Amino acid sequence: MTRFVLQRLAGAVLVLLALSVLVYSLFHLAPGDPARLACGERCNPQQIAQVREQLGLNDSMFVQYLHFLQGVFVGRDYSTGVSLVHCDAPCLGLSYQSDQQVTQLVLERLPATASLVVGALVVWLVVGVGTGLLSAFRRGGPTERILTLLTLAGSGTPVFILGLLLLMAVCAYLQWLPFPSYVPFGEDPEQWGWNLLLPWLTLGLFESAKYARLTRSATLETLAEDHIRTFRAYGVGERSVVTRHALRGAVPPVIAISAVDLGSMFGGAVLTESLFGIPGLGKTLIDGVKAIDLPVVVGVVMVTGTFVVLANVVADLLYAAADRRVVLT
Amino acid sequence: MTPIVEVTDLTVEFARSGDPVRAVEGLSFTLDEGRALALVGESGSGKSTVAGALLGLHRGTGARVGGTVRVGGIDVGTAEAGELRRLRGGVAAMVFQDPLSALDPYYAVGDQIAEVYRVHAGGSRRAARARAVEVLDRVGIPDAARRSRSRPHEFSGGMRQRALLAMALACEPRLIVADEPTTALDVTVQAQILDLLHELRRETGTALLLVTHDVGVAAESVDEVLVMQDGREVERGPVGGMLGAPAEPYTRRLLAAVPRLDGPVREPLQKGSPLLEVHDLRRVFGRGSRAVTAVEGASLTLHAGETLGVVGESGSGKTTLGRMLVRLLDPTGGRLLYGGREIGALPERELRPYRRELQMVFQDPVASLNPRRSVGESIADPLRVAGERDEARIRGRVRELLDRVGLHPDRYEAYPHEFSGGQRQRVGIARALAAEPRIVVCDEPVSALDVTTQAQVTALLAELQAELGLGLVFIAHDLAVVRQVSDRVAVMRAGRIVEQGTVAEVYGTPRDPYTRQLLAAVPSLDPVRATERRELRREGRQELAVA
Repeated sequence: MTRFVLQRLAGAVLVLLALSVLVYSLFHLAPGDPARLACGERCNPQQIAQVREQLGLNDSMFVQYLHFLQGVFVGRDYSTGVSLVHCDAPCLGLSYQSDQQVTQLVLERLPATASLVVGALVVWLVVGVGTGLLSAFRRGGPTERILTLLTLAGSGTPVFILGLLLLMAVCAYLQWLPFPSYVPFGEDPEQWGWNLLLPWLTLGLFESAKYARLTRSATLETLAEDHIRTFRAYGVGERSVVTRHALRGAVPPVIAISAVDLGSMFGGAVLTESLFGIPGLGKTLIDGVKAIDLPVVVGVVMVTGTFVVLANVVADLLYAAADRRVVLT
Repeated sequence: MTPIVEVTDLTVEFARSGDPVRAVEGLSFTLDEGRALALVGESGSGKSTVAGALLGLHRGTGARVGGTVRVGGIDVGTAEAGELRRLRGGVAAMVFQDPLSALDPYYAVGDQIAEVYRVHAGGSRRAARARAVEVLDRVGIPDAARRSRSRPHEFSGGMRQRALLAMALACEPRLIVADEPTTALDVTVQAQILDLLHELRRETGTALLLVTHDVGVAAESVDEVLVMQDGREVERGPVGGMLGAPAEPYTRRLLAAVPRLDGPVREPLQKGSPLLEVHDLRRVFGRGSRAVTAVEGASLTLHAGETLGVVGESGSGKTTLGRMLVRLLDPTGGRLLYGGREIGALPERELRPYRRELQMVFQDPVASLNPRRSVGESIADPLRVAGERDEARIRGRVRELLDRVGLHPDRYEAYPHEFSGGQRQRVGIARALAAEPRIVVCDEPVSALDVTTQAQVTALLAELQAELGLGLVFIAHDLAVVRQVSDRVAVMRAGRIVEQGTVAEVYGTPRDPYTRQLLAAVPSLDPVRATERRELRREGRQELAVA
């Protein structure tokens, strides 16, 4: 098992390196001049050339990439024109736009994204698994048909429509909540919760449709297996059969897919973050792309990639823990 | 004596898209307390359906059940939910076939038994756990307290079957319904389970309803036999009289098809030069500390027109050996000579000309035929691989092959699911023959089939062999079948061939103690002899129990 984890982590480093090469190449191909955007609208050509020199954009893409690697593994120095700034490893570079260290920027934005995603996880596990279980238990009846319809509608509604509908209903029409604005947990836990309630529901409900279908199908599949017949033939009640034995078969896939989803959402909850103005990684990424801010984009992609890769390792470990027949090699 | 089971005019119908299938028709029988009855019949005869009806398992499934079933005084068809649950496990306990899938893979074996116990006896979790350990110990699970915390996949097949018996015993039922309880097991393990069942019944006085397709298993275990065919009773009577002198022609046919250890063997063969010579063949799976040696030091020869039987229990390496013989697996070491030429290490490209001549028939005809292609196309595969391009010739040849294995040539376009198990195995044989092979390795070709179908398939193989001069390797765990079809036999254990010789030598005067142990475990068709042998097995005097 230790060997499995070490192997996978070594693989993860390779994946991340490949990912960084890919992002660098894409930027090289993309149109637009980062120096002009970083300098501002009223810059003359000399100023732009100076900025370009400062940002190291005159070096070849290959040299720029080597500098990036140097920063990640040993740290590097930056000149801001007036002074020299040292950036410790793992240094993801300085933002073209703000001269802020990307590592710091990412660390600042991470809590907001984490708050959103973890809360949404709770929603989709409770709502999704609950709905799936109920429709498996009431299979063939009207309850199941209604639930199937709802989950279909849920997975068919884009997340920003769902979010807008919730915002309009709860904040504008019913006026139960003020329009949300992000409050960090450290400042005011209660406000943190109230303000994140709608984003949690939006992302969680959207995802729960998928989990409802997953739970339902895995539970029904288990119900058709032979060991279920054994417990029925020994007089175990239908409720126990479903909740104890059939649901248990749905646990490993739900855990594994949740872990992977959680990992990818650290960079991928872009729509929800933009809609509710949550200053998270997704929003940072979009802003970086708009400004051709290579260090920020690479930084966010690397951090997100790390989460995705780690989440996959964790998913495998959890799956093996939930289903002891699985041997990790 | 009061009957524990009273079945009157039982009819069970399954609705199959508008066309109901009648699985059981007008069946009546009774079983007294403490007695044992076997329902014997081929697959599709309705015997398992009857077993399910005793516990009301068809209720709520859409099946139509007519007639009445009373078990322990409870009318199974009309009992209310609570009473039905009390019946299931409390009065009558079911022991299922295929012990791997009959237990929940996610929970410890002891917890599953405890759960069932608590449904009926109530009490604390702790008491239920203690009871689970007690019954596991009773059925001979070593170190029961510790092993009760293992999950089913950590048990061997035999231990899982014991665990299912333990579950049945947990609530002290008055009736055990056992549905093919030993079908998935090796012959020695089967003997252990049947002996255990016998002993438990003698101790507790529990009645037994045994469902089996194996007449030998029935002869070992019950007082009375009821033979079923197409959902109806054919014949019923005490086990001794019935198996000794069956009255009905169907029963006689069924008994005649059962391979026996005292049946006729094949005529000795005129041998030429050997087709296949194997020296010290060896196969290792995995590497380093995880390496497992599946076959070690296997040497044998095979002549044209000869059948070499390979017997052994699961995990003995017989399939690995068989696959190496046709180079489906590469040997790790040793020599494999085909027609005098070393082919054990030939690269795939140079092996190609030989591939055609070395064919294999697989155990599971369901899994080894592509369900999405017509059987004709599957049979045509080897022809196309051999380079035949003329569609008309391919069709002609496939039709010829279908006809040759006893299937209608017009079934070219039919798909595997439209065939019965025996017919699918015929398709598998036709496919192996398509390339005009000289050697065919048959890996458990008949173990999934009923005895009568089994007899037809082995007869077909023998006929084709005589006609085409094939060298056959017949791999099976069933010693009686191997004896019937083989010229020579190799007995395998833990990757090694422990004994090899002519059928007369190996079965008549077995030298290896393991061979003797295997032979002693084969069920006897004579109940009197079965009882004697059970006693001998119990005393550990296996050699005397050899039939």
